[in-house]
Amino acid sequence: MTAKAKLRKKFILSSIILLIAIVCSSLLSLNLGIITISPLEVWQTILGNGTEQQELVLFQFRLPRITLAILIGIGLAVSGAVLQSITQNDLAEPGILGINAGAGLAIVLFIFFFQNTMSMSEGLSIFIMPLFALLGAFTAAILIYILSWKRGVSPIRLILVGIGVNAGFNAILIIFQLKMDPQDFRQVTVWLTGDIWNANWSFVYALAPWIIILVPLVLLKASTLNLMHLSDEVASGLGSNVEVERRILLIFAVALAGASVAAGGGIAFLGLVAPHIARRMIGPLHQYMIPLTTLIGAFILITADMIANNLLSPTALPVGVIIAILSTPYFIYLLMKA
Amino acid sequence: MERTDNTIQTKHKRSSALLFGGLFLLVFSIGVSIAYGATDIDLLTVWQSLFNFDSANTSHQVIQEIRLPRGLGSALVGAFLAMSGAIMQGMTRNPLASPSIMGVTDGAAFGIVMVLAFLPMATTLTQTLAAFVGAGLTVIIVFAIGSASKTGLTPVKLALAGVAIGTLVQSLSSIFALHFQLEKQLSFWIAGGLANTTWNAVYILFIAGIIGVVLALTISKSLTILSLGEDIATGLGQNNTLIKIVAIIAVFMLTGAAVTTAGAVGFLGLIIPHITRFLIGNDYRWIIPISGVLGGILLVNADIVARMINAPFETPVGAITSIIGVPFFLYLARGKGVAKA
Repeated sequence: MTAKAKLRKKFILSSIILLIAIVCSSLLSLNLGIITISPLEVWQTILGNGTEQQELVLFQFRLPRITLAILIGIGLAVSGAVLQSITQNDLAEPGILGINAGAGLAIVLFIFFFQNTMSMSEGLSIFIMPLFALLGAFTAAILIYILSWKRGVSPIRLILVGIGVNAGFNAILIIFQLKMDPQDFRQVTVWLTGDIWNANWSFVYALAPWIIILVPLVLLKASTLNLMHLSDEVASGLGSNVEVERRILLIFAVALAGASVAAGGGIAFLGLVAPHIARRMIGPLHQYMIPLTTLIGAFILITADMIANNLLSPTALPVGVIIAILSTPYFIYLLMKA
Repeated sequence: MERTDNTIQTKHKRSSALLFGGLFLLVFSIGVSIAYGATDIDLLTVWQSLFNFDSANTSHQVIQEIRLPRGLGSALVGAFLAMSGAIMQGMTRNPLASPSIMGVTDGAAFGIVMVLAFLPMATTLTQTLAAFVGAGLTVIIVFAIGSASKTGLTPVKLALAGVAIGTLVQSLSSIFALHFQLEKQLSFWIAGGLANTTWNAVYILFIAGIIGVVLALTISKSLTILSLGEDIATGLGQNNTLIKIVAIIAVFMLTGAAVTTAGAVGFLGLIIPHITRFLIGNDYRWIIPISGVLGGILLVNADIVARMINAPFETPVGAITSIIGVPFFLYLARGKGVAKA
């Protein structure tokens, strides 16, 4: 058996395992919660034989929530994978680079000036909000890119500048946050640490197009990513226009992160961990690595969201907190090894 | 030889001029800070209330009970943060070392949340101690992680370790805060502020501060040598481990006291030591006290701005220092030698 066929077999096997894990995790989180619905009842309800209450809980609350978790998980994980490859830095991630904070600030400003309240969930604003988040994410990314430009963009300078820009956005955020009434203040704080708020179908429809369009576009660039991950020299030696390609890929990564933040808040470190695990499983070839990254991102977010909702029930924790606690030790390990 | 003596002398003259000029400006700033407020009080009344206190006079009472502790508190917090930044930077030769980069505030907040959650009857003193310990432990953990890595404590590693530990500790705090409904207490730490500085807080600042400042000044000469490089310092017969231990205790006292009082006051400890070094060179016997004075001036004035900008509402002072500090951080990040793995 050739090495290539072996890799493909490994890829298919890993994908199947991950898909099973996602299904199990989804089923588990469908039946856990303040109102427990047993797996059998879940099945009955899906077939249309459930009680009215079961239908409501399942179709209007839990199912959209899981779908959102899958979409956000994919978005952040792929964004992180792209960022790591184009900066050749294993520690790159939309949260650390300040892209999440930019999107978060834009949304808080949107709510502050146009909405006056956090508790809204209907109408046009759901579809406008991701656009605002994108605007914020791109502003942050452009700022970071320009500020770290000095005869090219060195990966480490990019990270440091990202940390600085992140801190700046957070300072502006806190000013606006404190002007909100206590209820909104609390919600914004929770949301900024990462929380799937407003889990309803409208949000799914608002987020899905971004993920469905952008992830395949990233996949099309897989071979460029392979070269970039090695080094700029290799990539330009083989005839790829490094800076232009880098900018295009950066746009994809930022758009994915921005759209995800609109729905899931500033979940940090998911974009860091998922690509790392994928690379461990299948190696650095992006044709295989990116699809596995999407599955891992989705799995982690569904599971973390389930933990967040049930760990200290009835207190619902923001999912970002669980992700941070699970993944910072790994980040620190990477840092010490690097 | 004579020429070198002369340059050293002019340097000393310049430094002492800066120190005393700075002290004068600091006192004046505190005066303005006391005078400015919901009702403006003229500087003459401020003077009288201090040296000729009349308990029947409302203005005098406002000054004594609210504005004076606030003015003094902000001066001390600013001074302590700047001094601990100076010590950290000298000790590690790392231009980005400073309290706020290293998740100190998150540590202090965690300490407070734990006490409020599990010892609801605890006194203010216990809370203060918990915040102290939380802040100190965070610094030590971040330092340890940064240093334990193979290539040593580079600026990038220190910053990233700070971000990671800060996020981790913050997440743990918010779990407990949400479960025990302590979000409101926690929000103070995120925003930072001096509005509720009491005399008690000022006393704690004084006590911790005296210990910290004395220790810092004692090792200031050795710190200058250490800042040239550890090999040189060892070659000159200096006991680096001892110096570092003393330095860490000093940082612990100064940062702990400052953060416990004011919450998150970002970037002050980063920028002031750089400005001081730029003004007077590399002698830590001068850098530490002058950093203290400049830090005090900056925070007292930032606090005045925080009250003025959107009166009668207070803008969080930590946000103001961050907005001043971030461009400076970015400038440093672009500088030579910082962006090395």
